[in-house]
This record gives sequence, structure tokens and C-alpha cells, in this order.
Amino acid sequence: MNLILQIWRQENAQTKGKIIEYPIQDISPDMSFLEMLDILNRQLITNGDIPVAFDHDCREGICGSCSLYINGEAHGPDRRVTTCQLHMRKFKDGDTIFIEPFRADAFPVIKDLVVDRSAFDRIQHAGGFISVNTSGNTQDGNSIPISKHDADEAMDAATCIGCGACVASCKNSSAMLFVGAKVSQYALLPQGQIEAPDRVQNMVAQMDLEGFGNCTNTGACEVECPKGISLENIARMNRELIKASIKS
Amino acid sequence: MALDSKIPEGPLADKWTNHKNTIDLVNPANKRLLDVIVVGTGLAGGSAAATLAELGYNVKAFCFQDSPRRAHSIAAQGGINAAKNYQGDGDSTYRLFYDTVKGGDYRSREANVHRLAEVSTNIIDQCVAQGVPFARDYGGLLDNRSFGGVLVSRTFYAKGQTGQQLLLGAYSAMNRQIGRGKIKMYNRHEMLDVVVVDGKARGIIARNLVTGEIERHSAHAVVLGSGGYGNVFYLSTNAMGSNVTAAWKAHKRGAYFANPCYTQIHPTCIPVSGDHQSKLTLMSESLRNDGRIWVPKNIEDAKAIQNRQLKPVDLEEDKRDYFLERRYPAFGNLVPRDVASRAAKERCDAGFGVNKTGEAVFLDFAAAIVRYGKEKAHVKGLNEEDDSLIQILGKEVVKSKYGNLFQMYEKIVDENPYETPMMIYPAVHYTMGGIWVDYNLQTTIPGLYAIGEANFSEHGANRLGASALMQGLADGYFVLPYTIGNYLSKDIRTGPISTDSIEFEEAETKVKREIKHFINNNGTKPVDYFHKRLGKIMWNKCGMARNEKDLKEAIEEISTLRDEFYRDVRVPGSENEFNEELAKAGRVADFLELGELFAKDALVREESAGGHFREEYQTAEGEAKRRKEFQFVSAWEYKGAPKDAELHKEELVYENIEVKERSYK
Repeated sequence: MNLILQIWRQENAQTKGKIIEYPIQDISPDMSFLEMLDILNRQLITNGDIPVAFDHDCREGICGSCSLYINGEAHGPDRRVTTCQLHMRKFKDGDTIFIEPFRADAFPVIKDLVVDRSAFDRIQHAGGFISVNTSGNTQDGNSIPISKHDADEAMDAATCIGCGACVASCKNSSAMLFVGAKVSQYALLPQGQIEAPDRVQNMVAQMDLEGFGNCTNTGACEVECPKGISLENIARMNRELIKASIKS
Repeated sequence: MALDSKIPEGPLADKWTNHKNTIDLVNPANKRLLDVIVVGTGLAGGSAAATLAELGYNVKAFCFQDSPRRAHSIAAQGGINAAKNYQGDGDSTYRLFYDTVKGGDYRSREANVHRLAEVSTNIIDQCVAQGVPFARDYGGLLDNRSFGGVLVSRTFYAKGQTGQQLLLGAYSAMNRQIGRGKIKMYNRHEMLDVVVVDGKARGIIARNLVTGEIERHSAHAVVLGSGGYGNVFYLSTNAMGSNVTAAWKAHKRGAYFANPCYTQIHPTCIPVSGDHQSKLTLMSESLRNDGRIWVPKNIEDAKAIQNRQLKPVDLEEDKRDYFLERRYPAFGNLVPRDVASRAAKERCDAGFGVNKTGEAVFLDFAAAIVRYGKEKAHVKGLNEEDDSLIQILGKEVVKSKYGNLFQMYEKIVDENPYETPMMIYPAVHYTMGGIWVDYNLQTTIPGLYAIGEANFSEHGANRLGASALMQGLADGYFVLPYTIGNYLSKDIRTGPISTDSIEFEEAETKVKREIKHFINNNGTKPVDYFHKRLGKIMWNKCGMARNEKDLKEAIEEISTLRDEFYRDVRVPGSENEFNEELAKAGRVADFLELGELFAKDALVREESAGGHFREEYQTAEGEAKRRKEFQFVSAWEYKGAPKDAELHKEELVYENIEVKERSYK
């Protein structure tokens, strides 16, 4: 396939960026999207140009490093995949593909398509944990039975990879799906109950501090989420927040 | 320097307890005065950083990714072993110990492996307490599955994302300590050297990958949890950024590197699709619980399938060769990884491969779908003879067990594995070799520790499935935090370590010199060009089967390629900015040295053991042939060029296990 790539280039956080056009030839439909970018970069380097910077690591859809806003969609046109799992067979010969970084005030651009998502880490520092020390004499893992339904639901929430597609897809740049998923995981498990009120309040406070917007129930995040994290988690977070405010 | 493994005296089962009772401790007030650097934030590094901070040490943690949560432990799929015996199927600490030593082809230390088996149960309890959502049964209790090379069900799992959940557990423990200020986290930083002052590891030189700044960081001890070096093969299941640099720099500063040739080639990966391939994707070993591996019995059928003239589902049952079930009736499809990989290679080399390149075998779930479908129909009281109903019900069960893996396969290969068997082929997955450590996980540099896949550790010549997660977390949560105290207890009066010393200066200058070389080199070829060529040499000559001639050639070829790399590599951009090509150049430079030592280690080891298969040493049936005179750990001391490294032997003593021919028949 031959394609026209329209890629966002930006030297660093201080400079202004712009879209640059790169034609590319002989792309196999079996390639992944990032392998296609590898080929572009090899050509750029060989020609003495600066390659396009993008985040990537595991290339199997689990580390959450890769991002990219492709033709106006986080992680591109396919569903339930990250950019690294997107394959070129989803495109046609002659297509023009726009590639931009995830855009949000809370995710400043570092270079080209690489953004700083450390705001997500700071939300987790504020409460994304259960306070238990490592001692070797914690009670037996089977001492508190957990219903399969709750364990499965907690697992579904916990599969969030922290990529930020929810934020990039939201017109308000809201991080509520991300925060809701973490709050839900712990809220559904008995181990997480004790700190639940503090957790939700602290995480939401940090989320607001980082400059993420509010949820207006458009649901774009759920559609674009590569792991299929459900909107229910936002509802649960709001319930937890109300419960916490009553308790305190 | 003579190697001292510092294995405690006493009976095997009491060694660890006695050791913990007798080593020196640091009192809580003094822990506040001690700094520890942890490099890498995967299961080993992350759990160590969190636990050291909980204990009261000041921790500085480093990762090259943009967040500790992205370390490649996250990609582990199948599960984590623990000798809980929840299934009542005869499991015990001893059995886990025995399986691991046998699985490692009798090339690991008894005392270390027993300790690992002892703490395995604590890991599960700890992770449950942290909120790790392990799979549970309908009674609310923890569920288990079975993995290769064992006869019990001791593997705990969280769907096909166990590594992710365990890593997020360790990450959450880190977050708590980052929030408290006990861990200072350095994301997007790469360690480029260890600084040794008066014979002790006292810090590191790191590059800020965003600004390019070279930084000095000091501490009373340095812990490397920087993972394995499978990417020396270019194509592997490792992440793109996984590298040997931290370990290799430590080696060049005096840490011995042990058994580099022990590499795990995982049998169930998605086959290579073309020259553009940048990495390989694993399909969890858990699939071998239910999937049956086969190739056609007749070469004509194999050719027809390769040319797509025949569909695998249309080939009659009696024309299929379920070669693992045939060769290893006792363990069947669940033989250990090294055995399964070699068996697949043997069939493909003989021409029975099933994709267009002839380098793939089938992993078939048709029988499992029918079995589960009938079971489900029986439970629901439905018609067990209705084939289409059985198919629907069976697929539902398979989906609930392996849904995410099937989906991953379909996205990559564009075939529906519920309808046609998966195609798989072995790929480099894990490295058992690594930095030599003693029982305390200390390297040959005092104050420098190595944990998780970065050390040479407990897996011997072959690691069993679901044991990497176990070892990473055992080291980080339950071993290192104790043993490091014994060393640090001598440092309570030292005070903060200055970064203004001549040693820091020297290390920083060296790092900057290498970076300058790459930036100013103005060669003609990108880093990947050299990395790919290195990978080809490694795969063809140091891969699943090795021989003397190939290995000698590999040593020469790698050495020549390294010269060419330094002469002709082109690194665009500058050193004072985000520059991934520059980071890659440094990593590949180290792979080009490690590769040479790897080949030398494989050449010297004139036997077959686990993941190391020398064609000259095999039984009449083609099984690996161990040799008594090689019952030692090869620990290499750096002496300039990698091929000039000096070999030190640590003899392995088996007092509690009888060393036998490893059989899974």
C-alpha cells in the first residue's frame, strides 16, 4: 500500500508544532501501525532527517505506553486495541492518515507525538493503593472469600492500562474513567473498604488539581478505551464520592 | 577472586529462617540515614523499592519508561506459582522446590530455590492484601491452573493478565511510598553506569531521557532490577526498550556475569510474519492446558497446508501427529518450555511446518471446545448430542478462560482461533542467565545487588512457567529487604555519599564520551540495521540448537559487526533532547558486547542443559544430554574484550535432590 501520512511535529514543549506531510510506499497490510512508523523513521534517519518521536514499549497492548490520535480517534479506527495492536489492514491503499498526540492540558507534549502523562501517576500517589506493609505474615489469601462476581468485576476495572485514551477522546479532557476504574477495583474488594472514603476523595481532588475536566456523560471514553473499561466505573466513583462526603 | 555463594549452614529447610535470625539488622532510626538506589521498576525492582521504603530507607527508583507501571513484567500473562496446596493435589514447598530444580535441569542452587518455594505462599497473601484481583471460584476462594513441567495445579492467575495485576500491585505499594516521600521516583531516566568508590557500589550515572542531562546519584547501596537481555536476539517477546545496559555496565565495573547462554525459547508465540517484524507476541503457556499441539503426519499434507490448498480443520484425526503427546505421554502438551520448543523445531526442520515459511505448528482447541461444551450441556441438563449447541457452549467456556488471548491472536494474525487452530512457533522469551549473585543477592561488587530476571538466580538452565513472577516478587518483597540490611548495618555511621568524588567524575566523563561519539559519528545506517543483524547471528548460531563451529563463527561475526557499528552508525539529533535513537544506540552497543560473551559461554559449556542445547551432546532420541563435569555455574569476569572474559566456576552441590536424567516421558 502507498499512503500519505500527516504527522504532528513539535520539537519540544516550548516550541509550536505543526502537521508535516510524509508520503510512504510499499506498506504491507500485515504490519502493525508502529512498524509502519518504524519504516518511516528508518527512511528519515537514512536521509539525514530527525525521526518522529512516539511512545511505545511492549507492543502487545498491555504496557499503555503507546498513544497516538489517528484520524481523530485515540488508538485509531479499530476497537479494543491499542495503537501497537492496530494493523495496516485497517487502512486502504492511497489513504491519508492524520497522526497527532493525545491532546489535553494535563498531558503536555514532550516531543512530536510523545506526551507527559505523569498526572496519572500523581493521582495514583494520592490514593491508588491499599495501605498494607510487606511483612510475610499477612493473613492467608483465602481467609476472606470474595464472590466470583465481585472479583471478576474488580478485575475488569483493574485491566486499565493507563494509556490516557479516555482523556484524549473526551471533549472535556476528563480523567474520570481512569480514576473511576481504580476507585472501583478497590471499592469492590473487601481489602479496599477501610480506606475507601479517603481514597476516592484524595484521588478526585488530585484529578481536579491536575486540570482534567468533568464528565458530561458523552461516553466517548468507553468507546475508545482499548480495554473496554465501562462507564459504570464512573458511576461507582460518584457513588463512592457521595458516600464519602456523607461519612466525613 | 574466589566465588563465595555464602549459603548458610544447616538443613535445607532451616537455612533461610536461621539466616534471617542471625544477620544484622538496622534499627528504624538509622534506616532514615541510609539511601538505596533501585534501578528498574518491574516486579522485582518495584516490590523492592516499595518494601525498602516501608522499612524506612530512603529510596531513589529509576525507570526508562514514562511510569513505573509500564515495566515489562506487565506483559506476563499466565500466572504465578505458589505452594499453597489449595487444590489438595499433593503440592508442598518441597515439591515446588523439586520441580524447579528438575525443571532447571539441575543447574540451580538448592538453597536459593528452596527459599523461593518457602516464600512463594507469602507472595499470594501479600498480593491479595494489596487488592490484586486474582481469579476466584464460585465459593469465593482462589482458583488455580496448571503449568508446564509439573503435576499439580499451583498457578494463581488473573485472567491472562497476571503480570499486569501483580505489577500494578507493586506499583500501588510504590505509589503509597512516593506519596509519603520515601521513594523519589525518576521516570524516563536510564542508568548508564555504576559508580564504585573504595570497592563499594555508591551510586549511578543516569541520563534524563527528556532533557538529555547526565545526572549523578549517590546511595549506600545499589539494586539492579533491570530485567533480562532477550533483546540481544532483536526479535523476542521482550518490550522494545528492554535492555542489558544496566547489567552490562555493572559487569564492566566488576560484577561477574553468570550463564549468559541460558536462554528460554518459549514454544507458543505468534510466528514471524515478515521482515518488518519489530517484536514477537507470546501466547500464554496456560493455553497448553487445553490446546493440543500438532502437525500433519504426512509430508504431502504439510505441503498442502503450507500452500493453503488444505484447511487444517479438514485434515482427519488419524493424519495428525500430536507430537508432544506422542513423545511425552506423561506430561503431554504440558512438558517444560525447552522440551516443547525443541520438539516443534524438530518437526519444522523435518518439513512438517504449517505456515508459508514452514516455521509454525498448530495449537488446536477443537477438542477442548467439545469437552467443555459437553460438560456445560450436562450441567445445564441440555442435549449433549447436539453438536452445534456443544460448539456454542464450549466456545463460551474457552472464551471465559482465554478470551483476551484469542482476541490478541485474531488482531495480529487476522484468523479466528475459535474456528481454525492457532499457529505458533518458539521465540526468545526470558534469560535465565544474568549477573552472578550470592545467597544474599549481592553481586561480586559489595553493595551492588541484582534481583529478578537481572540476576542468574533460581531457574538453572530452564525456567518453569509462572515462576518468573514468583521469583521477581520473592526477591523484591521477601529476600532482598532482609539481606541488604546486613550490608547496610555497617554503613550507619557513613553519612550521605558525596557525588563530588573523582569516581563520579570519571564515570560521568566516560558516559559523556560515548554519547558524544554516537552523536558526532555521522555514519550511514540507523541503529536498528545493526541490531537486526546481531539478532540474525544470535538466532541462527546461538539459538535453539548450537554447535562448536557456529558458535566460533558467531564470536568473530559479532566482534566484526561491533566494529562496523561504531564506525558506521548514524544517530540523528543532539544529546540535549529527547532522542530515542541515541538511547537505542547505547543499548545496542551493550548487546553487541554481551552477544559475544553469550556465544563464548555457549561454546565453553560442552553439554546440553535446559535452554542450552548443543547438537554434539544429545541422546539417541534427541534429548538434551547433561554432563557431570559441567555441574557448575559459569561466572565471567570482564577483562577488556568480551571474548577475553575469565571464567570462574561455582560448583553446584546437590545434597537434597538426586541428580537424574530429566525425563517427562
